Amino acid sequence: MLLAFDWTQLAQQVVIGLASGGVWATLAVALVLIYRSTGVVNFAQGEMAMFSTFIAWSLVHHGLSYWAAFFLTIAISFVGGVAVERAVIRPVERAPVLTVVIVTLGLFFLVNGAARWIWTPETRSLPNAFSTRPIDVAGVAFSIQDLGTIGVSLAAVTLLWLFFRFTKLGLASRAAAANPEASRLLGVRVSWMLALGWGLAAAMGAVSGMLTAPALASFDQNLMQPVLLYAFAGAVLGGIDSALGAVVGTLLLGVLVNLLGTYVDWVGTELRLPVALAVILGVLLVRPAGLFGRPAESRV
Amino acid sequence: MRRRALGISLWLLMAAAALAVYALAPRLVSDFHSRDLAHAGVFFIAIVGLNLLTGYTGQISLGHGALMAIGGYTTAMLVVHEHWRDVWTIPLAGVAAGIVGFLIGLPALRLSGLYLALATFAFAVAMPSLLRKFSGLTGGGQGLRLLEQAPLQVTGLSGTVTLFGHATTQNHFLYYLTWAIGLAGFLVAWLIVRGRLGRTFRAVRDSEVAAASVGVDLARTKTLAFALSGVYAGVAGSLLAIQDEIVNPLSFTFLLSILILVGTVVGGLGSLPGMVLGAFFVEYLPDLSTRVSSAQGVPDFVYGAAIIIVMILLPTGAGGLLRRLARPLTTRLYLRP
Repeated sequence: MLLAFDWTQLAQQVVIGLASGGVWATLAVALVLIYRSTGVVNFAQGEMAMFSTFIAWSLVHHGLSYWAAFFLTIAISFVGGVAVERAVIRPVERAPVLTVVIVTLGLFFLVNGAARWIWTPETRSLPNAFSTRPIDVAGVAFSIQDLGTIGVSLAAVTLLWLFFRFTKLGLASRAAAANPEASRLLGVRVSWMLALGWGLAAAMGAVSGMLTAPALASFDQNLMQPVLLYAFAGAVLGGIDSALGAVVGTLLLGVLVNLLGTYVDWVGTELRLPVALAVILGVLLVRPAGLFGRPAESRV
Repeated sequence: MRRRALGISLWLLMAAAALAVYALAPRLVSDFHSRDLAHAGVFFIAIVGLNLLTGYTGQISLGHGALMAIGGYTTAMLVVHEHWRDVWTIPLAGVAAGIVGFLIGLPALRLSGLYLALATFAFAVAMPSLLRKFSGLTGGGQGLRLLEQAPLQVTGLSGTVTLFGHATTQNHFLYYLTWAIGLAGFLVAWLIVRGRLGRTFRAVRDSEVAAASVGVDLARTKTLAFALSGVYAGVAGSLLAIQDEIVNPLSFTFLLSILILVGTVVGGLGSLPGMVLGAFFVEYLPDLSTRVSSAQGVPDFVYGAAIIIVMILLPTGAGGLLRRLARPLTTRLYLRP
């Protein structure tokens, strides 16, 4: 099992794990944003990100450079996220939680269908954002693409954190999530803060999708479904109401999944996700609210 | 007294109407379509089971498709490896899935809400991979074919089944079998819900702390709800295997768990009569959306849009609508003069 163990390979595998974890982290943060404002897991988050990626593909196809398409897509996705919230989530704002969950499941089918309707289901590819040339750090070869992916994801998450921490709008939307009634009395437009949360989540999802696609040789409309599974698992591991937890959780999960797949033959590719989920379950049984989550308290 | 008699006769009337619809439905549709009805019956059984767990006990499960897999594979393995007659495996499939349901219920003692959703989700995602991994028993990715490997054990092989001296077609037989079990399961669920156990379930759903403080054993109640719900899922999975005459990992993906949840919420959490509508919704909507246009992607688009529109119009599901429609009648019946 551990025949040819060496530190170089371990370091490489950890960085590869961090790169996939970083991509999942952006989508996990999107899930946390919506969970904190709407109180549900948005099952359509991955499909919305996939839709954004296809928009980016169209822009690149029409001659834009990758980075121009990248930022334009983020802007379009933000507007799209706000529009989705206004159109389908606002009507069920006061409905039971599971009703909202089912609406996001409906959205999953709708967005996936729309993407296959607009863009035919043939496979396509996005240009690489970073060079795939390896660079040498202390005798270990890392690919620039992996390091760039980690960098972009962390930058996106940091920007989001700065927005929530240091702007008045960020404060208002945190207040709206924490205590809607009191915020409403203080003049915060709570319902629009929800829409803002959906817009930001869609933008984060777009980043995740546009980082996932170039790493693959080709992609189709099912691009983000595995990413959503890992993002959900990582976000729950970290504590679904904590953005920091989501980032740490998905990075840990990325490394865990990659090391399991590399070093434990029995796991292979087939059982990677189930085994990772089993590990998460073990963690949750010890810490039922995730690594960084606050235990739910309720008044009788 | 007269009101009570009126109430009882109303229930009897409804039961008689349900039985009449059950007996006559296959005569109204073609032989082929009675197979669709039988398939809807599978959803119905699983949805009633999930409603006991989610609607009445407040425990979410994204893993009911995997519990159906336990039932389906129990039936297939007993038929193929042990040469049992297919219909006799149904009770055992229910028991097997019930035991697994009990085991999934154990983490539920510590986890709630989303964390429980993840636990059951993990089970649903792991199931197809596990089925492929243990290929000696399960036939791996190929699955098990009941008809080819154990033809004599499959009921209705020749196209007709003789039941109490009457010959019926295989499709009609499957319809009658599935919905007979479905109606029996419905009756049992109704008795549970209106009795002491049902009150305990609802107490746990409404407030765990309050329930515990009046002496409800939370651990026992939750695991019991999971086990019961598992029995329903297992029976549904077993019937699915008998209908399709094949089981493979692709018949029990995460999507199946999702469909059952959609049917439960559309039918109405905490409402049993709505479950029939939930089952029909899940069974017939994909077909209907293909009829709108079969262009690439359009059926899924219509399907998703239909789910969203139904949820916006009926936030509490069909059950909530039925309750609202029946309210004038029930208030008259139950108000004391």
